[in-house]
Amino acid sequence: MLRLKNVTKTFGTQTALKNITTEFNDHETTVLVGPSGSGKSTLLRSLNLLERPESGTYDCDGIELDFAKKITKKETLAVRQKTEMVFQDYNLFPHLTVLKNVMEGPVHVLKEDKQTAKKRALELLDKVGLKQKADAYPNQLSGGQAQRVAIARSLAMRPRYILLDEPTSALDPELELEVLKVLLELATEKQSLIIVTHNLEFARHVSDKVLFIEDGQINFSGSKDDFFNSKDPRIKDFISAMTLDNLN
Amino acid sequence: MWHTVWSSLPELISAGIKYTIPLAVISFALGLVLALITALIRISQTKGPFLIIKAIFRFYVWLFRSTPLIVQLFIVYFGLPYLTIKGVFPDGIKLEPFTAGIIVFTLNTGAYASETIRAAIESIPKGQWEAAQAIGMTRFQTLFRIIIPQAARVSLPPLSNSFIGLVKDTSLASTITIVEMFEVSQQIAAENYQPLVMYCTVAALYAILCTILSFVQSWLEKVTTRYLKPQV
Repeated sequence: MLRLKNVTKTFGTQTALKNITTEFNDHETTVLVGPSGSGKSTLLRSLNLLERPESGTYDCDGIELDFAKKITKKETLAVRQKTEMVFQDYNLFPHLTVLKNVMEGPVHVLKEDKQTAKKRALELLDKVGLKQKADAYPNQLSGGQAQRVAIARSLAMRPRYILLDEPTSALDPELELEVLKVLLELATEKQSLIIVTHNLEFARHVSDKVLFIEDGQINFSGSKDDFFNSKDPRIKDFISAMTLDNLN
Repeated sequence: MWHTVWSSLPELISAGIKYTIPLAVISFALGLVLALITALIRISQTKGPFLIIKAIFRFYVWLFRSTPLIVQLFIVYFGLPYLTIKGVFPDGIKLEPFTAGIIVFTLNTGAYASETIRAAIESIPKGQWEAAQAIGMTRFQTLFRIIIPQAARVSLPPLSNSFIGLVKDTSLASTITIVEMFEVSQQIAAENYQPLVMYCTVAALYAILCTILSFVQSWLEKVTTRYLKPQV
């Protein structure tokens, strides 16, 4: 379980996270939704320590951190082995083939031997439907393919939690679907996922839990049914603004 | 005229092989190592006493970019013998001409190339750092496995420029008594009274050398950008 308690993060004079307390359960898919600039990406990135909040505590599956104190390199690496990040713009390593992208972490961080890592990398590429692209370079892939490779790369590290930061926002609907199918499969397999998304349809489909974030605060935390049937005018406005319901 | 050219070629080429090329290659290789170290120190985020080291390297880059190469050669070769330090160098620092040349060309290349490498490293998108850190790589691993391989491609054209520049700049070594190509051409011209032919001949030799390097550069660029091609 990932637990945040009283976490605050500011960028200059702007407060991105205000006293956030929440938890993310194992084997569940948690979806973070909210308007742009609400702090949901910052919250997600804090879980991987790509952002450092100034105060609060973080219990990362047994690793206890106090953001007010110095976090050691060892702790940082331990957190990053439990949580993997998938980015909006994929961030694949362009100078490495697809296969090497997936093998990079297992071989150089987990120190697995190359043959084992290669075998598993090919299995993972097969899982995301891209085994035939193993020897291609990232620039030779479509956006949807690139994002699926990024998902395979994160899976290769055997993380407890995969954190996805708007994984399909840069994709057109057809390619988006390729990626969502892979995520749906992972959710069905009970891989713990935490996803920041603007795609409410997808959230309605896969999530076990929804967090609605606004102005750096969590304004709703609960099941997807409660979220989508909420009577809260702010949530209702948000849902209708994000879907096509308000067009006519 | 052609007789003069042909008869001077063996001497000129042998000076090129003995001095011009070694000066350029050795200084460039050492200069690149120095440049990489300088660039890494200058982009490092460490604070505290380490800031002094950072300041020293900044000063070094400033110094060598702000003074003429020929003056640097003169200071090291003709000037340093007058620098006496009690106990360490009681008779001044006397260097062999070739050693003095290597030192100056290395330091000079290091200063310029460090800026090229620093810019190349900084041009790699932040997302690459984040992706590497997210899979648990240390800063050191990220630099050497992810960032520098990509930065090397970016810095290849400007570094090739520096190398070609250095090949021609080695002609200044003639002023500190190194008998490289240009020095030999001067000596022959003094004997046969044909300065125009001699200096044109040596100019042609430099041009040939630099042209070969341009070809090597194009080939390297082709190899290192292979992964950017959209089609397999």
